[in-house]
Amino acid sequence: MIDTVFLSQDVLPTLNKGLLLSLGLIIPAATLGFACGVMLGCLRTFGPRWLRRLGDAYTALLRGVPLAVQLMMIYFALPKLGIYFEPYGAALTSFTLCTAAYQSEYIRGALLSIRQGQIKAAQALGFTTLQTIIWIVIPQAARRALPGCGNEIIYLIKYSSLAYLVTCMELMGHGKALASDTFRFTEVFLTMGLYYLGMVTLATWLLHWLERRYHIPGFGAR
Amino acid sequence: MKVSDDIVLRIEGISKSLSGKPILEDCTLAVRRGELKVLIGPSGAGKSTLLQCIDCLIQPDSGDIWLEGERLERKNTRKLCDYRAQVGMIFQDFNLFDHLTAEENVAIALRKVRGMDRRAAKARAMEELGRVGLARRALLYPAQLSGGQKQRVAIARALAMDPKVILLDEPTSALDPELVGEVLAVIRDLARGGMTMIMATHQMEFARALATEILFMERGRIIEQGAPETLLAEGSTTRTRDFCTRLLEMG
Repeated sequence: MIDTVFLSQDVLPTLNKGLLLSLGLIIPAATLGFACGVMLGCLRTFGPRWLRRLGDAYTALLRGVPLAVQLMMIYFALPKLGIYFEPYGAALTSFTLCTAAYQSEYIRGALLSIRQGQIKAAQALGFTTLQTIIWIVIPQAARRALPGCGNEIIYLIKYSSLAYLVTCMELMGHGKALASDTFRFTEVFLTMGLYYLGMVTLATWLLHWLERRYHIPGFGAR
Repeated sequence: MKVSDDIVLRIEGISKSLSGKPILEDCTLAVRRGELKVLIGPSGAGKSTLLQCIDCLIQPDSGDIWLEGERLERKNTRKLCDYRAQVGMIFQDFNLFDHLTAEENVAIALRKVRGMDRRAAKARAMEELGRVGLARRALLYPAQLSGGQKQRVAIARALAMDPKVILLDEPTSALDPELVGEVLAVIRDLARGGMTMIMATHQMEFARALATEILFMERGRIIEQGAPETLLAEGSTTRTRDFCTRLLEMG
């Protein structure tokens, strides 16, 4: 029933090539997006009013427009303004910008959840504002934000499949090409689905491990 | 109780309004070394605001503060932090740092504000926790401690900074009745040891027994002040005595 020759000779080698590029998109986009998200979240919480407004507007725009549209704009519309991107560069830029907007929202929520009383207590002990943020607010906010931020990374793994829209040949791109060439959609897409499922499962385990590693009594149930 | 003549903390003419409504009006007081001043008065009288204004956690609109004769420049951030590090503050709802153990709660300011190294800070933290009877709870997180234990950790955290004066904002009001005693016992020991303190409280028996002076606040003003035996004397017609009688009738 299962055509093992087709699977091992065509599907797996092709998808593996795509997988490599997918990981090459997901890992830097997740890392950069998270770092930018933390900065954006801090600015939107503690920054001066005009910066807060600017950050809010950025987030509203990036969350309000479908990612596919943003990707097309970066790849097809920006060249009209003289800004050119390779397919890979366009995908990475668009994913980073988008994931940063979502991450900033999780970070902002976590920063706001720290009780004012603890900030007062730190000030009463003689902490400066910066020391209070570094030693009291961020360690707690990071723990509170972890589940949300992890969720966003799992989304990113899946929406990385949009990169094929701008001819960036990652997992989805390679799989789609192979399926069109051979008309064996079932095998190809079923296997591709398992590839994504595998990546998400791995990420879930990793995030659970992180949560357990940094667990502290009083921050959610174990 | 050793009460000497030198004034540790003096505030003069502290006023504060919030959205146009006056919360504190022209509050003046001076605390001598070793004194325990007790602030009493109805809820909303401004006791908590006054204590937070003294530590500049709420910036007063006007008025001056002197610590050991030196006037505080409130606008100077470094001097303000330096001042706060010398004035202990105990809150009604403890405000321990949730992500740190009891010992780290006490040690962190020693390390980050006083610049002590990790080992010295830890040793000092353990010493202070021992002083409030919690040496064996050093490795527990705030979520694993009872209310009384949390408040004692908060006291140890303040004591570790060698404060010149400690401000206590209703330290037992958020506690279950059976836990009030353990916290009051610690404060009593401090008072007997000569610690300078200003404390807002509704514990009248405690105030009567230990206060050097009682300050009665109402509508943002200190309207009466004097030794407990004078203000609470049988047959005296002070607002303080009136208030305390009503407290006792209720409770």
